[in-house]
Amino acid sequence: MYLIFFMITYIPNIVFAIFLALGIGYFTKNVKKLIRNIRLGKEADVHGDKGQRWKNMSRIALGQTKMVVRPIAGLMHIIVYLGFVIINIEVLEIIIDGLLGTHRIFAFMGGFYDFLIGSFEILALLVIIAVVVFWIRRNMIKLQRFIKPEMQGWPKKDGNLILYIELVLMLLFLTMNATDYQLQQMGAEHYSKAGSFPVSQFIAPLFDGMSQGTLIVVERSAWWLHILGILFFLNYLYFSKHLHILLAFPNTFYGKLKPNGQFSNVEAVTNEVKLMLDPSADPFAATTEDDEEPGKFGASDVMDLNWVQLLNAYTCTECGRCTSECPANQTGKKLSPRKIMMDTRDRLEEVGKNMDANGGTFEPDGKQLLDDYISREELWACTTCNACVEACPVSIDPLSIILEMRRFLVMEQSAAPSELNNMMGNLENNGAPWPFNQMDRLNWAQEA
Amino acid sequence: MNVPTMASLFAEGKQPEVLFWVGCAGSFDDRAKKITKAFVKILNQAKVSFAVLGTEESCTGDPAKRAGNEFLFQMQAMTNIEVMNGYEVKKVVTTCPHCFNTLKNEYPGLGGNYEVVHHTTFLKQLLEEGKISMEGGSYRGKRITFHDPCYLGRANGIFEAPRELIQKLDAELVEMKSCKKRGLCCGAGGAQMFKEPEEGKKDVNIERTEQALETQPEIIAAACPFCNTMMTDGVKNKEKEASIKVLDVAELIADAEDL
Ligand code: HEM
Ligand code: SF4
Ligand code: SF4
Repeated sequence: MYLIFFMITYIPNIVFAIFLALGIGYFTKNVKKLIRNIRLGKEADVHGDKGQRWKNMSRIALGQTKMVVRPIAGLMHIIVYLGFVIINIEVLEIIIDGLLGTHRIFAFMGGFYDFLIGSFEILALLVIIAVVVFWIRRNMIKLQRFIKPEMQGWPKKDGNLILYIELVLMLLFLTMNATDYQLQQMGAEHYSKAGSFPVSQFIAPLFDGMSQGTLIVVERSAWWLHILGILFFLNYLYFSKHLHILLAFPNTFYGKLKPNGQFSNVEAVTNEVKLMLDPSADPFAATTEDDEEPGKFGASDVMDLNWVQLLNAYTCTECGRCTSECPANQTGKKLSPRKIMMDTRDRLEEVGKNMDANGGTFEPDGKQLLDDYISREELWACTTCNACVEACPVSIDPLSIILEMRRFLVMEQSAAPSELNNMMGNLENNGAPWPFNQMDRLNWAQEA
Repeated sequence: MNVPTMASLFAEGKQPEVLFWVGCAGSFDDRAKKITKAFVKILNQAKVSFAVLGTEESCTGDPAKRAGNEFLFQMQAMTNIEVMNGYEVKKVVTTCPHCFNTLKNEYPGLGGNYEVVHHTTFLKQLLEEGKISMEGGSYRGKRITFHDPCYLGRANGIFEAPRELIQKLDAELVEMKSCKKRGLCCGAGGAQMFKEPEEGKKDVNIERTEQALETQPEIIAAACPFCNTMMTDGVKNKEKEASIKVLDVAELIADAEDL
């Protein structure tokens, strides 16, 4: 008897706890998958100044420094970002209320609470404005960078879906407050006066004339939809470019510290070249350290990339700032650095699903990143100018993937374009990319 | 023109203060050789103690590395490092941003540790030390736009040295719509210099030349032999070679000094 009574009184709390557990549980499962997939990558060189790394993260991700290179998008984004982070403080209260069946449990903070709720409301309004601006940019102004070929299909839908979700969440938040405000005015039981409602008080008149019962239904529905929406959103992240809201932080932390122009030297090559140049060197000295499989040079698939490059792929916001600065793309070549990142992520997801289906091991599927996703034509169009790297607001390095794949083409397949093979032949024989004799290298000094 | 080689100085038991790394373009390309000579004239004028490797110099390996041929790059690098370490080279100056980047950033990991400076930085230092003077002369008031070489600017953060030099000529420095960190590539990097571009609407050097022409310059200044070639071709393509010159910063200074 007592148990049934207990159950009935606490049904909302129990339902809430179940949703919360499901929401967080599924999210955790996907985060584990995410980590597993990123770990498929090779070791990356992430040594170097930790202090500098923290600084980069706080400047670039927290401080949004590279976002504002494009002032409108940058400003709007700062609003959405701050709004989202700050309004989510409210989610803490919502979760506690949901679990304990309390209402606005932090109300005891008095004036400070009013201030908090008031600021959340103003931020929510700003977020709505920013989201509308984002939507207009995507769908009415049709900015170049949002309508490139790689944005067709899911990426385009994803871009808009996120905006709709954010919009709906903000509207629910304000509706919840507006009806709450009405109920507070009525002096409804359970709805003690708390909070200030600088924005929702203007929505409140919409609910004038509703009975207390109806208002409670509206308020409760908004409350439930809002928190369920947030749980949905949390779980949507993994399937979206919106994963960046979490990964922007580690990604900027592990971003490249060296000068942009410095490309890694392949250590395995160093060992071999040393042997070639110095026949007296001990051939075993170099190999004892890593007597794993001889390893292949460069990358033809995602497992050949390093884990930072894979983290990059999951972090990409698909904003296209890289592509819009890319000289190859600007002049109509197929190469788009954004596509390089999106392809890497898509292939990595495919590999991950393959592993899920095969009990955790990857069964070769006859596909790879090269050719099946990224064409040679794209790879050879790159001028290695670093414009994409410089442009990326979350420290992604598409160029490093392009280079790694060129390495595979050249060192594993000897599949460079023929003119480049000529150039390299000259280099090997004459020490210059043109067919001139090294002995003529100083002739200029004799010329007038 | 006085161009000592490391070998000849070594034979006399001498060690120059700085090695001038000429690079492949600077050694063989007709247009780039003019830049090399202009720079040497300035070095002579400023009485800089320098030498070149001459026939002992070999490509840094940059185009091989960017094309993906790490083997060839490292072979080149180690051979060059052996030569330079043999001469106990401490400081290197070069007129090519690709050589600059490779020597400065990628050689240390293979045992080549030198202080590497680009010629624009070097010239700026000479100016500050009073070893050269630039009194504008023929460039006073001329409209000059500067094209940032990717491997000098974005790759290594050097944006100001060439600009300061141009301003010292009393010239009017005008910036293109994309410059400095956001400067557009000339289209030559990453070994593109040595191949036909992929299919597209336009060549990169034409796009960049159009940006330069928008500033209505009398001179397009460059600081890289490859950029120079690309921009020169671009200006020719636009049939503007009669009114617009493409010159290296070193050439501007040598001219101004009437060397
Ligand atoms: C934690 C809260 C965050 C939220 C709610 C958020 C929200 C959003 C939204 C809604 C968009 C889509 C804008 C559009 O439609 O164009 C977006 C794009 C973007 N976000 Fe975030 N973001 C967050 C964090 C971050 C962080 C920490 C960074 C790091 C710098 C970042 C970088 C970006 C970038 C680069 C874009 C691409 C859009 C552009 O070019 O302006 N975001 N974000
Ligand atoms: S480095 Fe390559 S991909 Fe990146 S902007 Fe330059 S040409 Fe495009
Ligand atoms: S790589 Fe960076 S700049 Fe390019 S689309 Fe992704 S987030 Fe944007």
